Amino acid sequence: MAVYEVTYKPYLGKLTPEWSRFLVIPRHAFRDVFKSKLFTAFFVICFIPLLVEAILIYLHHNVNALGILKVNVRELLPIDASFFRTFVGLQASFAFFVTLLVGPPLVAKDLRNNALPLFLCRPFTRTEYVAGKMSVLLILLSAITWVPQLLLFCFQAQQEGAGWFVDNLWLAGAIFIASMIWILIPALLSLAISSLVKWRVIASGALLGLFFIPSVFGEVVNQIMQTRWGSIISLSALMNNVTAGLFGTFERSTIHITGFDKGVATRIMVSEPPLWVCWFMLFLVSAVCLALLSRKVKAYEVVR
Amino acid sequence: MALAATIQEQATLRDPAKFAPVIDLNDLSVTFGGRPILQSLQGELRGRAIGLLGPNGAGKTTLIHTLLGFHSPSSGTAQIFGKDIRTDAKEIRSLIGYMPERDSYIAKMSAVRFVRLMAELSGLPPEAALERAHEALFYVGLGEARYRSLDTYSLGMKQLAKLAQAIVHGPRLIFLDEPTNGLDPPARQRMIRLVREIRDSGKANIVLSSHLLRDVEECCEEILILKDGRLAVYCNLEEERKSNRKFLLLETRGDQEKFVGAIGALGCEYAVTGDHRVKIVLQGGTEVKDLYRVAAQYDVQIRRLSYKRDSLEDIFLKAMENGHGSL
Repeated sequence: MAVYEVTYKPYLGKLTPEWSRFLVIPRHAFRDVFKSKLFTAFFVICFIPLLVEAILIYLHHNVNALGILKVNVRELLPIDASFFRTFVGLQASFAFFVTLLVGPPLVAKDLRNNALPLFLCRPFTRTEYVAGKMSVLLILLSAITWVPQLLLFCFQAQQEGAGWFVDNLWLAGAIFIASMIWILIPALLSLAISSLVKWRVIASGALLGLFFIPSVFGEVVNQIMQTRWGSIISLSALMNNVTAGLFGTFERSTIHITGFDKGVATRIMVSEPPLWVCWFMLFLVSAVCLALLSRKVKAYEVVR
Repeated sequence: MALAATIQEQATLRDPAKFAPVIDLNDLSVTFGGRPILQSLQGELRGRAIGLLGPNGAGKTTLIHTLLGFHSPSSGTAQIFGKDIRTDAKEIRSLIGYMPERDSYIAKMSAVRFVRLMAELSGLPPEAALERAHEALFYVGLGEARYRSLDTYSLGMKQLAKLAQAIVHGPRLIFLDEPTNGLDPPARQRMIRLVREIRDSGKANIVLSSHLLRDVEECCEEILILKDGRLAVYCNLEEERKSNRKFLLLETRGDQEKFVGAIGALGCEYAVTGDHRVKIVLQGGTEVKDLYRVAAQYDVQIRRLSYKRDSLEDIFLKAMENGHGSL
């Protein structure tokens, strides 16, 4: 039908499958996100550690390259659980900054411009709306976390051989689950804040505050009470513990420096909160975020 | 058999009473925080263009929102094209277009992208959505401005963009909530013309909610008046206008003074509006034949007798006074 035919006509063509419609939101959102050259540049920078990781894996298995660089293989980092955990943590911090830039306006701008009724008056549910907004973050963050990490894991397996792959398959699971935790929790938090606060700057500030203020407060509690239980209010500490648990590097007893006596640190052994407590706290945070989203993502707020 | 079916189809088309109801209200009630907003709405709405009228707070917007599935009914239900709003909400929304009352758009987005996004959310594939978005924007008169950001649009243009997103997926039923709000006279005329065009195309039914009686009068064939959350009147506008058989306009020849005096003596109200013209409101048991009897008695000729048609304002005010449903 040509554009000059100005009459009202019903649409009789085929429709897209219902399950795929939430993906319309990320497709349109990416156009806006990558319109900013600054963000695009930052997103490219996010891949630099992965490049370093790939070079390190390559060097480990390439004698000629080591010879040219005059580097001994023992001087390089070992490719093990700690190696992958380090890079998962590094990428997680980049993911947090991407969330900080992309997440806060996602729901807030729809709320500010009363756009929610336009979404929800269509065959499009609130769940699909939230899934669509979440997938904006999840797709972006996956592209810089677990997807390249798993590709590098496969690269390492290809270099090392099938035996290494079978022995370390659990590492692939750890990479995936740990990365998902590092992207799901900030993504959920940013969407929940975005649904509460209509202004982007305030929403970004709130997200930053939620990560750093409880961490500082938790550390103060740890120092005063000579414990590690203050960490249960620190999201980053919780996620760190869970990640360490997944990679098998979690230690419950840690050394706590209580002070200095004649230049020598006095230390005591303290216990980290158990892993199940960390998991529980993260589930609790996720549940609160989902409850907030369910309450706020509505076509119209009913004033009772 | 085929001929019989065709005849039956044509008969159905001619007789609006045989149309399946567009909206079927079954004792629909909505309560917010214990406060009843809509109370036991009952009736079958069948018109091509239905005007939703009522004073502020009567429940017009709540009714539209409930039919769209934004609010759950506290009791009763409603059906749109035979589908229940409680159980088939998603299916119903695929048949509906909605133009909200308030300013609603997506910031920093061109009109064509905005309308395309809305079409895609309704299930149109990307290419078809883009094509329909261009068409819809041309149709509403925003063709030349379709690449401009919505933030830069005037109020009138935003209203038209809202209409474009409501019709882009070709819905069978379009809810227009105060479509002429804040429009200047030419923009209002344009909006009314578009609504009438869609109505006359016969491809979509329209529910137009407005507190501007003139808008409803110009666009709608049927009206539903709400008062305090209850159905005050649902009627065909043309039939309701004709239904007032008490207000007469007479043109007479002869001794008008004696004639109107005798009419007054019958208990009727009257007003002489010209040399030979008189307006009469029949009261009590007085009938038209009594007027002829009195005219004959005083040798007055009744040259013309017509019934005054109620304006929508008359119907509305009557509904506000009586407040009983007349379905």
